[in-house]
Amino acid sequence: MADKKPILELLEICKGYPGVIANNRVNLEIKPGQIHALLGENGAGKSTLVKIIYGVQRCDTGKIKWKGSEISQITPQIARKLGIGMVFQHFSLFDAMTVEENIALGIPATLANENLKQNIIDISEKYGLPLDPYRYVHTLSVGERQRIEVVRCLIQNPKLLIMDEPTSVLTPQEVDKLFKTLRRLSAQGVAILYISHKLQEIIDLCHVATIMRAGEVVDTCIPSEESPRSMAEMMMGTNLIVTKKNERLVSEKPYFSVINLNHQATMEHGTDLKNITIKAHKGEILGIAGIAGNGQIELMEVLSGEITASDDSLVSIDQVSVGNLGPRKRREKGLGFVPEERLGHGAVPEMLLWENAFLSGYQSMKLMLNGFMNVTKSREYAEKIISRFNVKTPNVNVTANSLSGGNLQKFIFGREILQDPKVLIVFQPTWGVDAGSAAYIRQSLMDIADRGAVVVVISQDLEELFEISDKISVICEGELTKPEIVENITVENVGLLMSGIKPSGNDILGTQL
Amino acid sequence: MRLELRGQVSERMVYCSPVFAVIMTFLTGMLIFSFLGVNPTQAIITFFVEPVSSIDGVAELCVKATPLVLIAIGLSFCFRANIWNIGAEGQLTIGALAGGGLGLLFFNSSSQFLMPGMLIFGILGGMVWAGIPAFLKIKFGTNEILTSLMLTYIALLILSYLIHGPWKDPEGQNFPESRLFPEAGLLPIILDETRLHLGWIITLICVPVAWILMTYHLIGFQIRVMGMAPMASNFAGFRGKNIIWISFLISGGLAGLAGTIEVSGPIGQIIPVISPGYGFTAIIVAFLGRLHPIGCLLSGLLMALTYLGGDNAQIELNLPNAVTGVFQGMLLFFLLASDVLVRYRIQIIGYKNKHRNVE
Repeated sequence: MADKKPILELLEICKGYPGVIANNRVNLEIKPGQIHALLGENGAGKSTLVKIIYGVQRCDTGKIKWKGSEISQITPQIARKLGIGMVFQHFSLFDAMTVEENIALGIPATLANENLKQNIIDISEKYGLPLDPYRYVHTLSVGERQRIEVVRCLIQNPKLLIMDEPTSVLTPQEVDKLFKTLRRLSAQGVAILYISHKLQEIIDLCHVATIMRAGEVVDTCIPSEESPRSMAEMMMGTNLIVTKKNERLVSEKPYFSVINLNHQATMEHGTDLKNITIKAHKGEILGIAGIAGNGQIELMEVLSGEITASDDSLVSIDQVSVGNLGPRKRREKGLGFVPEERLGHGAVPEMLLWENAFLSGYQSMKLMLNGFMNVTKSREYAEKIISRFNVKTPNVNVTANSLSGGNLQKFIFGREILQDPKVLIVFQPTWGVDAGSAAYIRQSLMDIADRGAVVVVISQDLEELFEISDKISVICEGELTKPEIVENITVENVGLLMSGIKPSGNDILGTQL
Repeated sequence: MRLELRGQVSERMVYCSPVFAVIMTFLTGMLIFSFLGVNPTQAIITFFVEPVSSIDGVAELCVKATPLVLIAIGLSFCFRANIWNIGAEGQLTIGALAGGGLGLLFFNSSSQFLMPGMLIFGILGGMVWAGIPAFLKIKFGTNEILTSLMLTYIALLILSYLIHGPWKDPEGQNFPESRLFPEAGLLPIILDETRLHLGWIITLICVPVAWILMTYHLIGFQIRVMGMAPMASNFAGFRGKNIIWISFLISGGLAGLAGTIEVSGPIGQIIPVISPGYGFTAIIVAFLGRLHPIGCLLSGLLMALTYLGGDNAQIELNLPNAVTGVFQGMLLFFLLASDVLVRYRIQIIGYKNKHRNVE
């Protein structure tokens, strides 16, 4: 396809926001049928660039050429007319409407006619995207919802399809299906701009990758000729830390255990927990895999003590029952935890870093003096976190929300780890975190397991869980499977369990031996 | 037209917005005055300068500001925790009845302990009244906006009952007023030939104490965390119920204190109308002062000035008393408006784009 003329060309695109240059002289060309990866850490300028292409934002300077001719002005409508479709990371669907109604809402009125139903069925068959136009959105899985967005684009017959982090919510099997569809589209000459930070996927799927860092294009490569590591290094501009697993001494008796815990979800549309049993040993990392919304939030609340158990004996640390204790008392017993949401849960966005250091560390780090906050000590503690965990910030007197996701996550991890927890429970530890910080965080989790702590990692990221865990359980609809030693299972097995398919027989995962 | 979130909220603008609100109130006020056929410059001078052009005037200003500042400081604790106690008027009334009641009980006393006793009773009275919505919220999850507001009317009716019945002055020719408090039950005057009383000093002490409590004490920290990020408050293991109790009791206590100070200071007895709505006006004071004790002090003084100015305008310019309310309302309106504009910018969208917005 090298001889084909590019369908989209970006020439010297610049876009600045107050205080930052989001895109600096970016050049990019995409050819028909090409699956083109746009790769970069958070804040590298990928989203801005895509928004400029789709006309959501305007560039300050630079030219956009479509099929060789320059476009003076671009809005989402013009983009759609030209044949640019976009699937956003966050879906814009109405739960209480059917698939057909949702699609009708997002396309030009001329297409939303009586043939729409048939159109949907035709397209979904043609591209392997099974979708029933009569179903209501709230009854669909996340993968199916994404199909609606994809079909909505395809119905408008796009020449270029932009996909923003499409696999972050999918199971491995759903990812495979999506990739098949994308390859089929590519074979028919549709160009695809694929934004992701999952390197293995890019290697599997994409023909070309453009790598961005700090608003500039720093490299291009053929992903199939690269390794995830080499691409990560291009992305970050530095060498990546390689996490390494040490042999650890694992305690005989479980140190942190949950026994037959049932819990009714307090949130609307929450998931009830059924018969949860966890036995985690010292020096062990237990991974809990699962698709979002299968009870992870509830599990996290029950483990952290933000919601207490119905009986004190259901949760215990070192044979001491803590089921009725709240988070503060559980911290006294050596529990540390890092919630999924950094801003607003793990840290107070508008508060300064030293105040956020005080937030969970005030007891164990003795940051109080007669009921008053000891500002000097709190600052020192925050400074220690910053220097020990490589947090990039001018000082500790900035608000938490001024830090990038990765830096704030390192700060939160540092705050918990420096308190030397005996049990550390983390939820989506590297969600939305740049590759460098993610590697750093994973390594620090391994380090504290080396020191003999229990680590429980609840995550959707299977690559991550397989990298760091010793054992993996799967949570699906509020039920937890028996943990299996990571060497004895495969990503495919776990993927099946995540989607609720239980292989027959007693031995669920161990058959791979 | 729609409002679009600004990326970075400027810290400086957050503090400038009350100043801007004051300026806008002045300008709009001048406009209104000129419609009323009054020379606007003259009116502004009558309203805002004349009342404080003498020592006596400044003293009056402080007398008026005392209850406003005290209540607003208390409310700041509630509002910072996202607890909407709007029943400070009722808490003030019950505080006045509790403190004043003690003064009436010992109407013959000359003990030096009477005054401190009355102040403590006032605080306790306000706390009890604020404790009711706190209890209901914790126990039954009731909405504190409704309960605290309704309790205000109950408090006013209790006042009315007492003053028309059991607490009526036996030598008062059947007027609905209590006895005068004894000398020992009156707050001492601190500036001769004015009405400036010890309550102002108490207020000035409360300001830094509240500031330290809010900024550097664990209680203040918990209140701020709960208001800004309730999930983070759970994460830290702070007890939400305790925070509700504490913030209600602090604000009720200060409102009750303000009530007792009013009856034992400028009034000297219990009368049917103890407060011209200080408890409600203090809500504006608290927000105008950015829920910060020092801010409350400044905005309390400003709001007191609108009361004095309103009185003066009635006398000098023959304007109706409603002018005071108009000014206070405008101040709140402009403050809210400029707060919105600090955080959002207005985007005007053409008709065409309106139909299909992708994001």
